[in-house]
Amino acid sequence: MELTGAEIFVEALKREKVEYVFGYPGGAVLHIYDALYKQEDVQHIMVRHEQAATHAADGYARASGKPGVVLVTSGPGATNAVTGIATAYMDSIPLVVITGQVPTNLIGVDAFQEVDAVGITRPCVKHNFLVKDVKDLALTMKKAFYVATTGRPGPVVVDIPKDVTANKAEFDYPETISMRSYSPVVPVDLSLVETAVDYLLQAKRPMIYAGGGVILDNAAEELIELTRLLGFPVTHTLMGLGGYPATDDKFIGMLGMHGTYEANLGMHNCDVLLAVGARFDDRVTGNVDKFCPTAKIVHIDVDPSSISKNVKVDVALIGHVSVFLRELIKGLKARKQKPDPEALAEWWKQINEWRSMDCLKYDRDSERIKPQYVLETLYRITQGEAFVTSDVGQHQMWAAQFYKFNKPRRWINSGGLGTMGFGLPAAMGVQLAYPNDTVVCVTGEGSIQMCIQELSTIKQYGLPIKVVNLNNGYLGMVRQWQEFFYQRRYAMSYMESLPDFVKLAESYGHAGILVTKPDEVEAALQEAMEINDRAVFLNFITDPEENVYPMIPAGGGQNEMILV
Amino acid sequence: MRHIISILLENESGALSRVAGLFSARGYNIESLAVAPTDDPSLSRMTIVTSGTEEIIEQIVKQLNKLIDVVKLADMTEGAHIERELMLIKLRAEAEQREEIKRLVDIFRGRVVDVTTETYTVELTGDSDKLDAFINAIGKMQIIEVVRSGSIGIARNGNSLVL
Repeated sequence: MELTGAEIFVEALKREKVEYVFGYPGGAVLHIYDALYKQEDVQHIMVRHEQAATHAADGYARASGKPGVVLVTSGPGATNAVTGIATAYMDSIPLVVITGQVPTNLIGVDAFQEVDAVGITRPCVKHNFLVKDVKDLALTMKKAFYVATTGRPGPVVVDIPKDVTANKAEFDYPETISMRSYSPVVPVDLSLVETAVDYLLQAKRPMIYAGGGVILDNAAEELIELTRLLGFPVTHTLMGLGGYPATDDKFIGMLGMHGTYEANLGMHNCDVLLAVGARFDDRVTGNVDKFCPTAKIVHIDVDPSSISKNVKVDVALIGHVSVFLRELIKGLKARKQKPDPEALAEWWKQINEWRSMDCLKYDRDSERIKPQYVLETLYRITQGEAFVTSDVGQHQMWAAQFYKFNKPRRWINSGGLGTMGFGLPAAMGVQLAYPNDTVVCVTGEGSIQMCIQELSTIKQYGLPIKVVNLNNGYLGMVRQWQEFFYQRRYAMSYMESLPDFVKLAESYGHAGILVTKPDEVEAALQEAMEINDRAVFLNFITDPEENVYPMIPAGGGQNEMILV
Repeated sequence: MRHIISILLENESGALSRVAGLFSARGYNIESLAVAPTDDPSLSRMTIVTSGTEEIIEQIVKQLNKLIDVVKLADMTEGAHIERELMLIKLRAEAEQREEIKRLVDIFRGRVVDVTTETYTVELTGDSDKLDAFINAIGKMQIIEVVRSGSIGIARNGNSLVL
């Protein structure tokens, strides 16, 4: 039977078992919206700004492990989506983003709401397509989902001109697909596993440094097994949190610019580093010339271009993280050897000495609300079971430091691109994926205002998200840098013009709670957890000049931390 | 060091800009770029001449391989290969200079393909060094216009970049 392009599109979503499409209608996608209207399998979530559609789909993907799907119109619809696409690209999140396009006969004539969506998104997608003929639509959709979800995942854009959605073609959706120019399954070179096992067994001061690849490849179990088998300390990147249980003794905290003292010194002094699904980002390495000066490095990554891009490694294990972790476990068990127990005990003694510095300490007797205290309390009250999304800045770092993530996919944040405005729409996607779980958006009064319009979407779909707004009246991370590196010249602040967030939340139909004193924090959080028929906006007025410690200043080595 | 990278890529609109965009986005250098369809019309062959440290070339090759439209590629410089570039060069050739220019063209095994009373247009192929050498030999004063195709390359022996 012949279907219209719009119908083919919707059928393709059904075949891909898509539950939700996050989008915003407009002229170029009206045929598609009409086709969506006529069915009930795929639910469309209408946001208030296309950026939020991409973040919501992204949050859904990060929490559920399934690809997020976005539908926006041509022109400004597409350009508004770009920030979210770039966010997903930097963190390797599988998205399929459909942008409407002007009819094929108008492409290139500066038509109303025309932009070169394929051109604009090219540098921030894994791949993109312009569908010029309805006959190609089904296959292109199949390719889009295939490319987005395999190998190193990422966003894929499909640009569909309006006439293509109206024209008809036979619907033929392939079950499987192969592309001659794309092979996500790299042949695994097992010969190197033995070399890696040698390194691990010979290590006297080992470290495991695990990143988002562990989460993306669902390899947490393997990471836990390997770490326990070896008895090595493990640190996570911002993207890896939750891969290894944070409350376990082997976990020595996050590393990097705002990593723990023990994690960063452990990295700096280690002799063998096992990097697992991590990409040696500059926020992790600090100055690469000073990075892990005495370490032999074994690196597992699915993307060959991540190997030796920033830091030269000694053994490259290219392939899926879970596959190589299992191979390492197998290799270690076959050897029946253990790393030198005395050396390891000595190393742990050293690490525990660093740990005893208690680098995350803060003033617990302050009369002002300390943001760290809010997050510690949040962790306690939710028993570490909540999904926590965040925006970008100080609150993001505190959330990463103080909320102990024991399970993967619970910590949802924009690590690579650092997109303010991510947290609230991402929380929508997470809550839709897990309607019965607690979803908290940790944010600040700066970030929240970048996508605050989504309080309306949240109302529409009845999502009981808890917004934890750490309101210090400053763009906190900017202010911290200005304090440290610009002699307290606080260029650009807005304390006089902030809205009354409680009233704002209430005007959208949500609950708003103002919290100004430390002894009110716990009760307010408890109260918020009880409200489940709408969102709750908790406005915590926090210590305005609290800083995130430790901190490695730009250009510093991992042993050059500023401590509290 | 100078490298010649040959790429087989899908002959689709946008494939060229993916490659070009990759080079500009990551700050890699392109000395020349030549592209045309192969005997299989669904495939284009692109030759990029670039330069950089070993680490940078390694990254270029890996990043190119990551592009979905890239089917296969090879760094020609890794083995024995033949490199050719075509140049058309229009030269000032007045009465008393014509003999001298013709001799030089013959030495470089070029051909005069167009003649006016004041000019010769010369066709010359060879590796890029040879074309540079001709330009130097003829001297700036004689040159009116230069057009070069960019290098293309093919491996010697049994090594072939095919599907």
